Amino acid sequence: MASSPTAARVSPATSTSPASPMAPPRSFLWFRRIFLTLLTGFVMIPVYVMISSSLKPLADVTGTFRWLPSELTFRPYIDIWSTVPLARYFVNSLIVAGAATVCSVVIAVFSAYAVSRYSFRGKRVFTVTVLSTQMFPGILFLLPLFLIYVNIGNATGIALFGSRGGLILTYLTFSLPFSIWMLIGYFDSVPRDLDEAALVDGCGPLGALFRVVVPAAIPGIVAVAVYAFMTAWGEVLFASVMTNDTTRTLAVGLQGYSTLHDVYWNQIMAASLVVSIPVVAGFLLLQRYLVAGLTAGAVK
Amino acid sequence: MSPDTAMTATAPAAEAAARKTSPGAEHGPRRRTGRIRRIGLPYLLLLPALLLELLVHLVPMVIGIVMSFKELTQFYIRDWGAAPWAGLDNYKVSVDFDAPVGQALLHSFFVTLAFTVLSVGLCWLIGTAAAIFMQDTFRGRGLLRALFLVPYALPVYAAVITWVFMFQHDNGLVNHVLHDQLGLTDKPSFWLIGDNSFFALLTVSVWKGWPFAFLIVMAGLQNIPRELYEAAALDGAGMIQQVRRITLPSLRPVNQVLVLVLFLWTFNDFNTPFVLFGRTAPEAADLISVHIYQASFVTWNFGTGSAMSVLLLLFLLVVTGVYLVFTSRQRRPSHG
Repeated sequence: MASSPTAARVSPATSTSPASPMAPPRSFLWFRRIFLTLLTGFVMIPVYVMISSSLKPLADVTGTFRWLPSELTFRPYIDIWSTVPLARYFVNSLIVAGAATVCSVVIAVFSAYAVSRYSFRGKRVFTVTVLSTQMFPGILFLLPLFLIYVNIGNATGIALFGSRGGLILTYLTFSLPFSIWMLIGYFDSVPRDLDEAALVDGCGPLGALFRVVVPAAIPGIVAVAVYAFMTAWGEVLFASVMTNDTTRTLAVGLQGYSTLHDVYWNQIMAASLVVSIPVVAGFLLLQRYLVAGLTAGAVK
Repeated sequence: MSPDTAMTATAPAAEAAARKTSPGAEHGPRRRTGRIRRIGLPYLLLLPALLLELLVHLVPMVIGIVMSFKELTQFYIRDWGAAPWAGLDNYKVSVDFDAPVGQALLHSFFVTLAFTVLSVGLCWLIGTAAAIFMQDTFRGRGLLRALFLVPYALPVYAAVITWVFMFQHDNGLVNHVLHDQLGLTDKPSFWLIGDNSFFALLTVSVWKGWPFAFLIVMAGLQNIPRELYEAAALDGAGMIQQVRRITLPSLRPVNQVLVLVLFLWTFNDFNTPFVLFGRTAPEAADLISVHIYQASFVTWNFGTGSAMSVLLLLFLLVVTGVYLVFTSRQRRPSHG
């Protein structure tokens, strides 16, 4: 209220001058340029270090840091596969993250559909409980989960501890709360008339879900899948406790490049780059969907 | 070919929009299904999620709480039910701030708190600024957006291990630039041990975390109607005023969730310090997750470790509760 007289005084002066009301002032453009340049530097330097160091001979990474390789070599990219069984870790990570993603997305779709389209007793309890598991420190249930998996193994013979199955089961619940939350928002934005029309046309509730709601919510589902895959691909804590030599994933396996005597930094950087490419490429290709999914779902 | 692919990408949305507006869409009554099926169906749909949450989160949490009341050392790990009850002993040890264990926990708690507040603040600030700066189109915006999201997309261990390399004493980039090239320090510093480790951890955490804030705020900005800005500009509101009067208030619901999520993730973060420092973190960067991990797995005292985890959970519950009450109350008057 106090500011309204000043605003009134200012408005005639400024509203007449610019051709477009949206044209930002020069100082803003300069500030933006500087800010974004600095930020780009901050973001990209580690990426540059990763790429350039992966093309260096070992001598370059054990001595004083060099911005440029003394000679370009692809040797690290050949050596990474024999220094540690990287291919096996890679396959393990692919199986674990892939399976966790598929399961997580399917389960999240069912849950979000129920919450979005039906009213039932306990709905609020469900959403609050699921979301609040995000708050749990992973360290709180690491050991109990370890005990549960071992006991299930002893009682039923289903090996969860040390197996890929156990890790898949664990990881899919990590991405589940956020996925459900985001898909609820997304499904809410799909008009109800659509699935009601499908029901009238003779689809069952599941038919309506898969023929109408899911196709209309593809961006949200893709976004959730990307998130689930990234979560599983990057997890360290549970992977370090719950895997053995044959089921080890990349998150743990990458530590194998530092022996007591030498740290093969060029190989570590090469391996880091190789294991990053699937997720980064996938993410950048699909980030459009992620933003669209967040806009329609979570952020609404 | 290219128009075709563009069509398929947007087809579902367009189709949805078309059906929504088509006058012929029928609004007939829902097909009659059996009463039991209709009531049972939502529960059936929720069942898989519910079972998994129970198995992986809720039951382990309950067991964790029970374990915190037991004297669970390595001797009982095979048969933890047989471990003797310890009453509140584990909690007493954890919060006895005159004794070493309690002192270390308290120290770790304050380190984590300071780290979290700084990291979340910086992540939010950088993310919001970048999102606002990149709101209107300019050349290279798409490329820049993709680059900015790379730290978020990189797997934690790959990204953090690169930072470990950069922070190396003898062959790292940071010392090379600060000492050799700029001459800012007398001698190369240690970044991953000693007091510097706090700043090393903070740098990595912000580098890794701000793109998430950027992503969410960017999505939030798209829901603000453009007319608001145009009207404000016509009324003579400058750039800064538009941000203060329109952008930030409109983002408030988004920020409410964003800040909370960032806070919880950062406070519980294990991956970053674990990859950065290994099993034992330096004192200055002794985050609580790693501290508890160490208290449980290095000393094999799971009862005390569980008690500490429960205390941590209680703290997070209280913070979340207070935060939600506070921010929701603040929100109401501005809308009403």
